[in-house]
Amino acid sequence: MVDDAGYAFAADPDRLGIWMSDLKRTALFDLHVELGAKMVAFAGYDMPVQYPLGVLKEHLHCRAAAGLFDVSHMGQVILRSRSGVLADAALALETLVPVDVLGIAAGRQRYGFFTNEGGGILDDLMIANRGDHLFLVVNAGCKDADFAHMAAHLSEVCTLEMVEGRSLLALQGPAAEMALARLVPGVADMRFMDVAVLDMGGVDLWVSRSGYTGEDGYEISVPDGAVADFARALLAMNEVEAIGLGARDSLRLEAGLCLYGSDIDEGTSPVEGALSWAIQKLRRTGGARAGGFPGAARILDELTGGAVRKRVGLQPEGRAPMRGHTVLFADQTSSEPIGEVTSGGFGPTIEGPMSMGYVSAQNAAIGTVIYADVRGKRLPATVVRMPFNPANFKR
Amino acid sequence: MKFTEEHEWLLPEGDLVVVGITEHAATALGDLVFVELPEIGMNVVKDDEICVIESVKAASDILAPIDGEIVEVNSALVDNPTLVNEDPMGAAWFFKMKPANMADLDEMLDEDEYKALVE
Repeated sequence: MVDDAGYAFAADPDRLGIWMSDLKRTALFDLHVELGAKMVAFAGYDMPVQYPLGVLKEHLHCRAAAGLFDVSHMGQVILRSRSGVLADAALALETLVPVDVLGIAAGRQRYGFFTNEGGGILDDLMIANRGDHLFLVVNAGCKDADFAHMAAHLSEVCTLEMVEGRSLLALQGPAAEMALARLVPGVADMRFMDVAVLDMGGVDLWVSRSGYTGEDGYEISVPDGAVADFARALLAMNEVEAIGLGARDSLRLEAGLCLYGSDIDEGTSPVEGALSWAIQKLRRTGGARAGGFPGAARILDELTGGAVRKRVGLQPEGRAPMRGHTVLFADQTSSEPIGEVTSGGFGPTIEGPMSMGYVSAQNAAIGTVIYADVRGKRLPATVVRMPFNPANFKR
Repeated sequence: MKFTEEHEWLLPEGDLVVVGITEHAATALGDLVFVELPEIGMNVVKDDEICVIESVKAASDILAPIDGEIVEVNSALVDNPTLVNEDPMGAAWFFKMKPANMADLDEMLDEDEYKALVE
């Protein structure tokens, strides 16, 4: 029966660039092994998928107290303008993302995505204004392509630096503030989507109050040489447990957040992906800086006229999870699919199955009952609002 | 107790056989979140896919270990799939079968052979 000793991750391995050899290690590799983590290949890195606590308990612990994640595989990029004027870098980046970058205040960050000429999504990212430069955090599987993309389009105006020698941790959950403030008191003063550079006994931490779980929490860039001690100091606290990629996936899915490569990709537009909220009015038709990003014709058109399909949340009626690539139908008998699940599984906090996927626009209204082909049976699921589990941000 | 290479255990109980999955399998699968059991009275042939189990990681099938009839299922698993992680070799049995041929069990692995397989 157990035909999959390995971890069946929701994402498409080819798209995320998983290599089975020459895996890179983060600076916390030895700590993961010491903690008893089960390591798997993810986006070219040897990463902890779970610790001895197990995915279910790790997930619940993060929602109840605080979870520490090693996300050092993600790309950290510094973008400076050659002129020394930050606005020049912001406006240059706006040619690649449909986001009001210029409007990001110093000490704040904003979610965005690189689009392609077809209006699809090359990657999603965080963009922070750190006073004299922009700081970007991009997905591990896309970071080399993102860097090349930016280098090709922005080099006249900007210098680009792929940050080396710094790890990235996430501390997430209702106890994250209390735990991190013991080491770095300044974090308590930050609110959701603030960014700051804080000193911890001579170590500079680049902190943002954000995350990928729907919980309050922080993402912290730490020099490699200091990261193991920092992680150990956090893990020594009663509130904090190490959390692997397995629970990271179920936490983000309960929060209704997209996994690049599964829920959004080069073939999905931001409007199809239900990410229109991340495109400010100023970049839309009639706005002061409307368009001017790759794929603008399609994306602006869809923002006013709608897309032919939409990413929605799905609540299966029974207990059976509807996982990625499950085919969706309008009713129990039709042979023509209306879409596909892109992420699905069991939500430990909501204590039931949950999925997200794309359905045709006419089937996308909240409350619509559709049918999923699960092992040859058509099982009903209802289109529901996301997140599945309410967000708990400190705004 | 006998074992299959598919990580099931079989325990004779009178003229019936109790079937579950091994601790090794339960650990490898991780926390179970969904169990679908076969129908009572179903006649099954060895290697038929008769149960579906899903863990936090993935879906797997349990195959019929031998020919026979399903005579009882452990419906407690449907309400509480994690019982399989807590007590895979005891309380979390999946179903009881009336074997078409009890001698089929002689072909199965014994405990030492199974241990050698998973080590």
